[in-house]
Amino acid sequence: MHTLILGAIAPNELKNGLSSVGYGLAAIGPGIGIGYLVGQSVQAMARQPEMAGNVRTTMFLGIAFAEALALIGFVLHFI
Amino acid sequence: MNPVLANLLPNINSIFVWKGMFAQHTILEFNKTALMAFVSTAICISLFWAGSRRRALVPTGVQNITEYSYELVEENISLAAIGEDGRSWTPFFATLFFWIFFINIFEVVPGVAFPATSRLSIPLFLALISWGTFIVTGFVKQGPKYFWHNVSPPGVPFALKFLVVPIEIFSKYLVRPFSLAVRLFANMTAGHVLLAIFAIMTDQLLLARNSGWYQAVFSPLPFAGLVAFTGFEILVAVLQAYIFTILTAVYINESLHPEH
Repeated sequence: MHTLILGAIAPNELKNGLSSVGYGLAAIGPGIGIGYLVGQSVQAMARQPEMAGNVRTTMFLGIAFAEALALIGFVLHFI
Repeated sequence: MNPVLANLLPNINSIFVWKGMFAQHTILEFNKTALMAFVSTAICISLFWAGSRRRALVPTGVQNITEYSYELVEENISLAAIGEDGRSWTPFFATLFFWIFFINIFEVVPGVAFPATSRLSIPLFLALISWGTFIVTGFVKQGPKYFWHNVSPPGVPFALKFLVVPIEIFSKYLVRPFSLAVRLFANMTAGHVLLAIFAIMTDQLLLARNSGWYQAVFSPLPFAGLVAFTGFEILVAVLQAYIFTILTAVYINESLHPEH
């Protein structure tokens, strides 16, 4: 069955499809990570509003690092 | 890709590769990307030149804008990441921030609609500037022992150093410039493709009058998406300029103030 399906798809399309699936998989981890990170930051800001500036800076740094993983998955689509 | 998009957007290169304006097929080829880099430089220079031309104690007009934006960079980037002795670094960070910002914001300017940072060469070169700056700063501030201190954190047992030092070399000297460049590049590329696809869908459903009955029902959706994502891309343009600059500031802070 699967040979039949794969045989019907051109190799280029298969590669594009796999890249999209790969990007979807690559987005899971950073999605969870960024959600957790921002949630905890909001909690920290609510508990200690005077630290909000510091927390926000650190939050953006963390988002940048977590997001990089998803973006590498996105770039692989073009390679 | 569905057939409509595949026909209208035959190759992803068609929205990224521009014809050379002059000196084609030579090393001096000048295209839209290079032009935008020069325009962004010109905007930065003229804005800050106009703001500091007639310096008044009570700022008015352009001076207000430039002073406010400079202080924004100083408070949120140099003071937040480096501290009090980061003030002398503000000109560098402000240059980076505003150059990247002006080149990013062209993504949503009608008639241009292309961020030059979505070509990898420009973010890569910016990342190399940032990389070179933090290495040279560390070398100047700490001397030759910077290169060893940087890759071997204090307090690590001797046996673990065989594991930690290669990882630190990899992450500090190789991954940092790569991730700085790819972060900016991929964000702007993704935004550009997103806007292009929504614009094509809007064009097909809203303007082409031959698609059938579902045109009337579904045509507002891509248009609303286009408007919403244009707003989102303005946020991304500011945020990516900010993130690139603050990461540079954090790396420089590590060179200025080593851990003990």
